[in-house]
Amino acid sequence: MSLRTKSHPIAGTLAWLASLLMFFPIFWTVLASFKTELGAIATPPELIFRPTLENYTEILSRADYLSFAMNSIVVSFGSTILALVVAVPAAYAMAFYPTKRTRGTLLWMLSTKMLPSVGVLVPIYLFAITTNLLDTRTALVIMYMLMNLPIVIWMLYTFFKEMPKAIIEACLIDGASQWQTMTLVLLPLVLPGIASTALLNVILSWNEAFWSLNLTAHDAAPLTAFIASFSAPQGLFWAKLSAASTMAIAPILVFGWFSQRQLVRGLTFGAVK
Amino acid sequence: MSASVATAAPKRRKGGGANANTLPLVAPSVILLLAFSIIPLIATVYFSLLRYNLTNPAIHGFAGYKNYLYLFRDPALYSALYTSVQMVVEILILTIGSAAVLASLFEQRFPGRSIARVLMISPFFVMPTVSALIWKNLLMHPVNGLIAWITRSLGLGVIDFFADWPVTSVVLIASWQWMPFAFLILLTALQSLDEETREAADLDGAGPIAVFFNVELPHMSRAIAVVLMMETIFLLSIFAEIYVTTSGGPGDATTNLTFLIYKRALLSYNVGGASAAGVIAIILANILASFMVRIVGKRLDE
Repeated sequence: MSLRTKSHPIAGTLAWLASLLMFFPIFWTVLASFKTELGAIATPPELIFRPTLENYTEILSRADYLSFAMNSIVVSFGSTILALVVAVPAAYAMAFYPTKRTRGTLLWMLSTKMLPSVGVLVPIYLFAITTNLLDTRTALVIMYMLMNLPIVIWMLYTFFKEMPKAIIEACLIDGASQWQTMTLVLLPLVLPGIASTALLNVILSWNEAFWSLNLTAHDAAPLTAFIASFSAPQGLFWAKLSAASTMAIAPILVFGWFSQRQLVRGLTFGAVK
Repeated sequence: MSASVATAAPKRRKGGGANANTLPLVAPSVILLLAFSIIPLIATVYFSLLRYNLTNPAIHGFAGYKNYLYLFRDPALYSALYTSVQMVVEILILTIGSAAVLASLFEQRFPGRSIARVLMISPFFVMPTVSALIWKNLLMHPVNGLIAWITRSLGLGVIDFFADWPVTSVVLIASWQWMPFAFLILLTALQSLDEETREAADLDGAGPIAVFFNVELPHMSRAIAVVLMMETIFLLSIFAEIYVTTSGGPGDATTNLTFLIYKRALLSYNVGGASAAGVIAIILANILASFMVRIVGKRLDE
């Protein structure tokens, strides 16, 4: 924490200018979502206009919008829960009972995250076809769970590592079992850590756009794929694109603001804290 | 913010008899990741040795190294590799360069700093299909886009981004998404710079630019290396941004290695050829990953 109390006007002005510039495309999209289609493509751009909710009502009234949104919710939360179920015990064991192999195991897990998705596109795609999993939520849940598992294990591992070991030893001396120690004592202590791990995992799954574009067609397509359908050159529906985009990014933007700090821990595998 | 963890407990605990009861806890993760990384990998290598096209059952059999031979004779591979490298290098320079300066600015105190930071990092949470489409249409469209209107009003004419500068356009969009990532990590690293070092620099009369180059930048060097690795690994896989804006075109201008493999696999159903290219992508990523693993491994030993 900086001890300097003097505010720095030049740095502040520059930083604010840069921040506004970075945020501008999002602001501009939200603004366009309240314009009419004609207003959205007008030049010079409309700055003062009568806001309309027409775009939102129209998108929400499309029967399939809710199914896209539901797919996004099911897939991102489902994969997160599954990943946590598998990762919590593993991270717990490796943080508190490291063996000779722990370091190697952790680094190997990290290296699996580096495997490029496209390198395994062909076998995964063919596998999905033969098992009738193409265009199903199950396929995406499994893929996202496996994709994010290394990040989840690593984040949890770094959180567990910060817990004082004395607590565990005290529990075990008092006669608690491993399972009791983990669920009754440790879990409540690391709950904030687990929550932020889950949050990051939801964000990554929600925004994932390689497997969602390649493994789904319509039935299981999440919002990333729905938005991609606006790229078809059938005229300019910018206001509707903006409304759909605003709805697709708003919840995750809020999640992201809450998870800023843990994001660094998760995405650098503890190399920067 | 800096919740210092005072773990007085001994660092390493003898494995002892713990092995037996923790193995079932780690095993599911290991088995899942092993299955996920090894089986598709072997399958990719296997398919890369086959003559296999989904649209034409007449083409089948063992191809040996032929798929690789065709691939290495194909100029499309080199053009895709070049595009991949060009995109990654340009995005790295743009994002890390500006993130380092911005992290330094955000280390100063100013009103509304935390709100400004939230605005700054927001683009990272926008899904790639959304960011690509709002940039392509609302901002970069040559007729109705905001940038076209601004340049026209200034008498500079119009830039047709995706026709004339396709790679640059994709680079700009991806940089907008990834700069916050670099910024957040470099800022975190900078916050661990101790106050005495700064004060010493101040007392020596070092100006802000001297402090940036002589104190802050060296302090961020490890974090910069981490960002470099992580971004490279993610950026080699840029896909959705290309998919919704240029579809790899015009011509092959924005076809990177990822997009080339996608086209071979899911547009021409050339399983053998796409798999051979996939093997090359995996080898490239593994070389980079080994550097990353080394950095993280060092941190783990501390």
